[in-house]
Amino acid sequence: MKSLEIGRPIPRVDAYSKTTGQERYAADYYGENLVWAGVKRAGIAHALIKDIHIDDAKTLPGVISILTHKDIQGSNRQGMIRKDQPVLADNKVNHCGDAVALVLAEDKASLHKALDLITLDLEPLPGIFDPEKAIGEGAPLVHEGHPQGNVLFKGVLETGDIEIGFKECHAVVEACFELPHQEHAYLETEAGWAILKENGQLKIVVSTQSPFRDRSEVAEALGINVEKVRIIAPYCGGAFGGKDGVTVQTLLGLAVFHCPGRPIKMWWDREESFLASPKRHPARLYYRLGVKPDGALHALDVRFYYDTGPYDHLGGAVMALGLEHACGPYRISNVSLKGFCVYTNSPIGGAFRGFGVPQVTAAMEQMMDMMATQLGLSPFEIRKRNAIRCGDKNPIGISVTGSTGFEECLKTLEEHYLWKKRNEWKSKAGPFKKRGVGIASVMHGMGYGPVVPDFANAKIELTREGKFRVFSGVVDIGQGNASTYLQIAGAILNQDMAHMELVLPDTESALPSGSASASRTTSTFGNALIGAAQSLKHRVLQRAAIYFMAKEIKEVDLIPGGVNHFTTGKEIPLSEMFHILDDSEKVAAYTFTAPTAKENPTEDQNLRLHGVPHLIFSYGVHLCYVEVDELTGNIEVKRYLAVSDCGRIINPQTFEQQIHGGIAQGIGYALCEEFIVKEGRVRTPDLATYIIPTALDVPEMDSIPLESYEPTGPFGLKGAGEISIDGPLPAIANAVADACGVRLFRSPFTPERVLKALKERENREFEH
Amino acid sequence: MKINFVLNGKGRVLNAPSDRRVIDFLREDLGLTGTKESCGAGECGVCTILVDGESRLSCLMFAAQLEGRNVLTIEGLASEETLHPMQEAFVQFGAVQCGFCTPGMILSALDLLKRNPHPTRTEIREGLSGNLCRCTGYQKIVDAVEATACKKEKGPPL
Ligand code: FES
Ligand code: FES
Repeated sequence: MKSLEIGRPIPRVDAYSKTTGQERYAADYYGENLVWAGVKRAGIAHALIKDIHIDDAKTLPGVISILTHKDIQGSNRQGMIRKDQPVLADNKVNHCGDAVALVLAEDKASLHKALDLITLDLEPLPGIFDPEKAIGEGAPLVHEGHPQGNVLFKGVLETGDIEIGFKECHAVVEACFELPHQEHAYLETEAGWAILKENGQLKIVVSTQSPFRDRSEVAEALGINVEKVRIIAPYCGGAFGGKDGVTVQTLLGLAVFHCPGRPIKMWWDREESFLASPKRHPARLYYRLGVKPDGALHALDVRFYYDTGPYDHLGGAVMALGLEHACGPYRISNVSLKGFCVYTNSPIGGAFRGFGVPQVTAAMEQMMDMMATQLGLSPFEIRKRNAIRCGDKNPIGISVTGSTGFEECLKTLEEHYLWKKRNEWKSKAGPFKKRGVGIASVMHGMGYGPVVPDFANAKIELTREGKFRVFSGVVDIGQGNASTYLQIAGAILNQDMAHMELVLPDTESALPSGSASASRTTSTFGNALIGAAQSLKHRVLQRAAIYFMAKEIKEVDLIPGGVNHFTTGKEIPLSEMFHILDDSEKVAAYTFTAPTAKENPTEDQNLRLHGVPHLIFSYGVHLCYVEVDELTGNIEVKRYLAVSDCGRIINPQTFEQQIHGGIAQGIGYALCEEFIVKEGRVRTPDLATYIIPTALDVPEMDSIPLESYEPTGPFGLKGAGEISIDGPLPAIANAVADACGVRLFRSPFTPERVLKALKERENREFEH
Repeated sequence: MKINFVLNGKGRVLNAPSDRRVIDFLREDLGLTGTKESCGAGECGVCTILVDGESRLSCLMFAAQLEGRNVLTIEGLASEETLHPMQEAFVQFGAVQCGFCTPGMILSALDLLKRNPHPTRTEIREGLSGNLCRCTGYQKIVDAVEATACKKEKGPPL
């Protein structure tokens, strides 16, 4: 077998076990004498808890235990930045999905019966569901003690002088955009399995993105020693940000103490998952953009509100990333950006692929097209004239360094046949169909920002069997990073897949390496792994050189399964090298911490803590063909092109998977995914009412990566997991405007909304 | 009740309450966790199995309905050493990401090819439209099914 190489489309190792059904997800753990755990949820958005009646349920046959907040020893609070979410609600419920009581039962049927028998004595409070209203005078408070009222976090970034800037403008465009919640809808709903071992260890197998952070959260919320908690993170059946943070972990951790030695399983059903899991923040964004006569962007005023529901989750950081990306990949000299992340009684807003960037990109990229129309410029031209380049100051005042391929992306788009043939394609629309083509620019920062250290610790060892075993520290949530780790280590160690082994994240064997998030997964851990693999390689070769009595280390090199001595042509298998190396030499570890921006756009330490600014960005430009049916209002995306600058590509197949997947989720966000919440109650509780794209709703996609190189990335790579979800909504909106001259400021662009907009346009034309 | 049926090529006589959902029967009683559950309501296709060669949603079936049937789950598809060509194509073409939809998707695709051995790409999309995938955007799944139909052995010229 050929040894692994960087840049080759090697099929993922996990694909084999996943196609045969052998791969064991967290949801697949059962076991002898299994206990089923489930929670009673509030069902009402805002209320005081007067009483929790559990007696009837408690005496039900098959019920082992029923627990409430009174049974929790620790802080009963969880959260990643602000710990404001109870494990089990104590005095108040703050949204419909709040967990109030935990039931342990012998089987699923008894569990459900018991959950029905628990009754909650709740005194309803007025709820607040609109983030802008929530910060107004007299709005009901979600957290009475919070010093800023319902404002979880406010961020401001300013450069130049916004007032003078607008005075110098030749044209100004203004608009307000409204975007709904987006639900992750990963196919594996939240699932976990736990057991309290005889030695007092609490072992939790869970579908998570952040095993090491979970470990401390569980310990703190429940008041147990962190050393006693072990988290094992198998492949996730999808996560997309929704499993970054605790879901079932603390509940399971609480449960185990009430049936020690027995395995416990919790697996939310679809409705519970939709109700209780965090979602993409609904947003309202006010944009005002001004340009000079030559089309140069000159002033941008932005104010936006993200609805984070009752808990921070990662809402503050999501808002901050949105703020940082609010201007797009352009040069603008006068900028005023204000973002609010606001507590309400809506479902929880949290991390979702894109992390606050899809919302601002939706607004900014539509503003660009609206401005182009006003100036009589083409959408392409206005972007080209303002494109950010290496050496520029970005709109928030940070120098743009490193690989910056945005202009290259535009050039690549311009030369692509889908761009060149657009007018021809548009002219061929059938009766009652209108065709349009839209573009959108995207950029996406990588990593945690300047304050929270973005580090990873890679570990690799030589096994008795003569294989290199990589201990992955960052979860593979479906994106294939685990395989890429083997490819990286294999390339350095000159091994084929047969001589590489993988251990998935386990807090007992892996080293802390942060979460699978922020487009950092392959970059940060990859860099650490390069260090670890190189150091192990050096040790093996040093020992081999002595073994072969070579004059210099250069005379020996690794080959798949062994070491070769060039001078004599002799080989020694790795399984023998295992015995030659000292025990301490067989394992190598390496720490890598990602570089951060040296400049500082703000005095606000809190904004820095929440991640502003980033140093390294991926870039891209998207193009789509849409066809609008004038009779039904239906929008069909016919073709899609994504040109991306994500640095050097380690595995083209896995890279393309990420681009495709993000586009599909972005198309859903644009066209059909509308998570409907009325007075805090979920009206789209299942996959029949919350519609995600099927194979018929996603077009054929082209993905073109630039061959760029980011000096700080492993082998030149930059993050690629999120950027592709930023573009589809504005690209589609711009294409629809191109097709039929209407722009919808509220998404998703459902047939009803499109028809209504078409009608309104007709009426306007009629009036004139 | 006693249920007499063929499971992954082997005749079995097993005990199960007649109203046990087939998905629970497979996953919990028989340990065949390759069949996944995602909605429990017939909306996602993740729990697809083949019953007498036709795709069925195991979350909507009761154990009693298996009486006398021939059932294939994802575990029964590959032979000892080699993957089924459809599985191989899913691997080679990059049709697997998180993989939670994969078992159901592969079995639905087999059902599709049985009914329509040479589908167009649009027909493949139609045939798989009852199986949701949240990760891939479907294109590579369509590639894999198309390649299997064309009996292409190798992966794409990437
Ligand atoms: S789990 Fe059976 S269709 Fe979704
Ligand atoms: S691969 Fe994740 S749902 Fe299809």
